[in-house]
Amino acid sequence: MSGRYAAFVIAAYAVSAAAFAWMIVDTLVRARRARCRLEKLESARPA
Amino acid sequence: MIATLANPYRFMAVSRWLAPLCGLAAVVLIAWGLTLGLAVPPDYQQGETVKIMFVHVPAAWTAMFAYTGLGAASFSSLVFRHAVADAAARAAAPLGALFTLAALITGSLWGKPMWGAWWVWGDSRLVSVLVLFLLFVGYMTLRASIEDEAKGARAADILALVGLINLPVIKFSVDWWNTLHQGESIFRTGGPLIAPVYLNPLLLMGAGYSFAFLALWLTRTRAEIRLRRASVLAMRGVA
Repeated sequence: MSGRYAAFVIAAYAVSAAAFAWMIVDTLVRARRARCRLEKLESARPA
Repeated sequence: MIATLANPYRFMAVSRWLAPLCGLAAVVLIAWGLTLGLAVPPDYQQGETVKIMFVHVPAAWTAMFAYTGLGAASFSSLVFRHAVADAAARAAAPLGALFTLAALITGSLWGKPMWGAWWVWGDSRLVSVLVLFLLFVGYMTLRASIEDEAKGARAADILALVGLINLPVIKFSVDWWNTLHQGESIFRTGGPLIAPVYLNPLLLMGAGYSFAFLALWLTRTRAEIRLRRASVLAMRGVA
């Protein structure tokens, strides 16, 4: 990527990549936390 | 289909395989779209900045798709009191806000070299998309700010439903008012105005973004349902 407007194009793709990275990481962390919490409570339940 | 998914157990069973499938479709479509999109020739007017379109327009489409999902889930939650719908509404809002923010920032990065301005307050398309972002943020803030969770959810659902009026405003803003933003050039009667060399990667990216949203939405909704189940178990344990 070169030319007069390269910085704008690169910045736009970087912003999009950062948005996706945040959404994916945050979603996976939430999913893992919820699963662990539920498993912990379910295993502590009396049979 | 919706009635089937309103059952949390059925939703968990279906979303278990549907979420990774949507994720896989997103990866394939976005990779394909990027491969084509980054290789397009510079536009005769926009030059290299035409490539911003491949991340800006799909983000804007997905933001509107996310708000439609939020509105539908809020309606189901408010009218039918479906627990899954409430979880889905809550899960959609942060994703929608981020897609809208990405659309606003990438649009601004296109506007500066093409219009000579980062932002134009008089432009109805820009302002209506900013309103969409504020609606997502408002939904999350309203839910979080009311201590009684049920009341907070109800107030936020009403806000989401009122905000649905903004979707046709965004879509038709370029037809109803004079704006700097270009007019409708894809979903119009008479066919798209964009050359296939630009249209194909744009549609692939649009589909890829939509599948990515679906994968993330389903995963977050699953997490929300698990957290609610955990809260019930924790309360029973305390009692």
